[in-house]
Amino acid sequence: MTSLQKTPSGSFVIAPEPGKRGAVLITGICGRLGKRLARILHREQLVIGVDRRAFPDKPKDVIHQQVDIRRRKLKDVFRAHPISAVVHLGIMHNPRASSTEHHSWNVAGFAKLLEYVAHFHIGKLVVLSSANVYGPQPENPQFLSEEAPLLGGANFGEIRDLIEVDMLAQSFFWKHPETETVILRPVHILGSVRNAPSNFLRLPTIPTLLGYDPMVQVIHERDVVEAIRLAVTASVRGVFNVAGPDPLPLSRIIKLLDRPSIPVPYSFGRSVLKRLWSLRLTTFPAPELDHIRHVCMVDDRRAREILGFRASQSITDTVRAVDSDR
Amino acid sequence: MDVSGNSNSSAFSSASPESEAPGESRALARIGSAARRAWPWARRVRDLAEGTLETWMTSLLGEDFAARLERVPVYLGSSGVDPFGLDPGWTKYALASAAFLHRHYFRSEVFGAKNVPSGRVLLIANHSGQIPIDGAILGATMFMDVEPPRFIRAMVEKWSQSLPFVSTLFPRVGQVVGVPENARRLLEQGEALLVFPEGARGISKTFDRRYQLTEFGLGFMRLAIETKTPVVPIAVVGGEEQYISVGNLDTIARLLRMPSFPVIPQFLIPGGQLPLPTKYRIYFGEPMHFTGDHDDDDAVIEEKVWLVKATIQSMLNRGIKARRGVFW
Repeated sequence: MTSLQKTPSGSFVIAPEPGKRGAVLITGICGRLGKRLARILHREQLVIGVDRRAFPDKPKDVIHQQVDIRRRKLKDVFRAHPISAVVHLGIMHNPRASSTEHHSWNVAGFAKLLEYVAHFHIGKLVVLSSANVYGPQPENPQFLSEEAPLLGGANFGEIRDLIEVDMLAQSFFWKHPETETVILRPVHILGSVRNAPSNFLRLPTIPTLLGYDPMVQVIHERDVVEAIRLAVTASVRGVFNVAGPDPLPLSRIIKLLDRPSIPVPYSFGRSVLKRLWSLRLTTFPAPELDHIRHVCMVDDRRAREILGFRASQSITDTVRAVDSDR
Repeated sequence: MDVSGNSNSSAFSSASPESEAPGESRALARIGSAARRAWPWARRVRDLAEGTLETWMTSLLGEDFAARLERVPVYLGSSGVDPFGLDPGWTKYALASAAFLHRHYFRSEVFGAKNVPSGRVLLIANHSGQIPIDGAILGATMFMDVEPPRFIRAMVEKWSQSLPFVSTLFPRVGQVVGVPENARRLLEQGEALLVFPEGARGISKTFDRRYQLTEFGLGFMRLAIETKTPVVPIAVVGGEEQYISVGNLDTIARLLRMPSFPVIPQFLIPGGQLPLPTKYRIYFGEPMHFTGDHDDDDAVIEEKVWLVKATIQSMLNRGIKARRGVFW
């Protein structure tokens, strides 16, 4: 049984039964990472999913609410269940969507979520950001620490939303010390996910930039899920860079896939990609070329020492995971 | 690139696989298959070239070149590449060409190679000679004459990372972008780090100011104190005479965005583009240890830097006095 408790702010919330962990709320549960995380967490605690999309093959004990996080209905979800942790995965990164839609979903929606986390005194907030917020730059140190400035938006406007989400979470971390806020910044996630690095490595012939072969860090989607699980269960707070196996030059990664690659001069590649983008023939916007041109690697010492995270997948398995369906 | 792989818009996850350019990938696939057909030939040529290079290397540099290569302490990850991108397969060839210059072109003599400790070390040297051949020669020295053989690590200008090919080559042979975080990490890894505290001021000296050290930067000293790294002062004699510069054209340098534009008359003579085959003499001093606060005032740090600078200057003066001629 749960009991009603009065909070200092005067509202009533449902407190979880003592000795039992409350539910974990996952936004964006219908993404590939969300589904995987739900399947792992639901064995130990109640999982509530929030997503606009449907969750067709969900485990029976997972509660799924098909709501938009910008709607007031989200508050009802918080009211109805004793929630002990919120995992925010519901970040839209569709370069084709309008910037208004992007901004309203990513920033306004997330601000709303933060409001409820503060109001209902949720003990834990985990936000999945990305190492891309640092941005690939020629003057980057080889390994960026968590304190490095978030310059990813300098040449690539579409990522500014994500930087804003990261910053909002950081200010929430300072303003609400009663909530353990964790921001995870994983490197390029590979697997069945439909993100740019996986889509890039899935191309039948992989174009590279002539004369550029940066060191790249990648991580298996399974390892990312494991890092999120650790962040939810361990009593830690702060920003963590999350990296997978040892870094490799891009050319070696392509070699692991046994796929032909073709080097293209940068200026030519850029203008062709711009043309293709405007003709809607590609999903890669031209500024993303910087990721196969400059280094953007992170120092994951904090995640290893404080979070206790260690990638379990080998580099070969991680890279080849882009061809797996599950 | 994509951020979390977890877009919440159903449109994105369903649209992206289909919207992949059909025309683009077909064209790329066609080029790819053409490339695959040419591949066996390219590989045969490459293998032949590699074989010739190997025999040439052993005949010029002796059998122990390969043996030394085995003994270099490198910190490779499971991937066979060091975290900064150093690849022993590439470094081998860079070292072989530097070692050729070292042994046969400049016929370098090395003194005090025993002074280099086996762990992490900051190598502080005078910079000379218009183009950084001294860096390459020191790299060859650290590999050929020092026990155990080492791959030298040096810091390069940030803009070099925006140049094609250079940005690939430099990391593969152990050069890293010159930011303090990288230097700290390399030293923690136990590497030998080469620093020219004079920087561009030193390398572009005119002939009348040869072997007179210019102003030293302070960064290396703060790094040495912070990481408790021994400093080995190095004097390189012979580099100043390889290109004789009679002046610097500042206006042109500024126009071309180069650090300097030296006037080198020998460029006008056919074959004068090559450096003059002076004899290099390399003196390693005893390791110096510094303690204190790395965040101290410039004035305090400067005193310690001055000690290193004075040591190098006196080593240079002794080296010049000891040599009988520039070319032998």
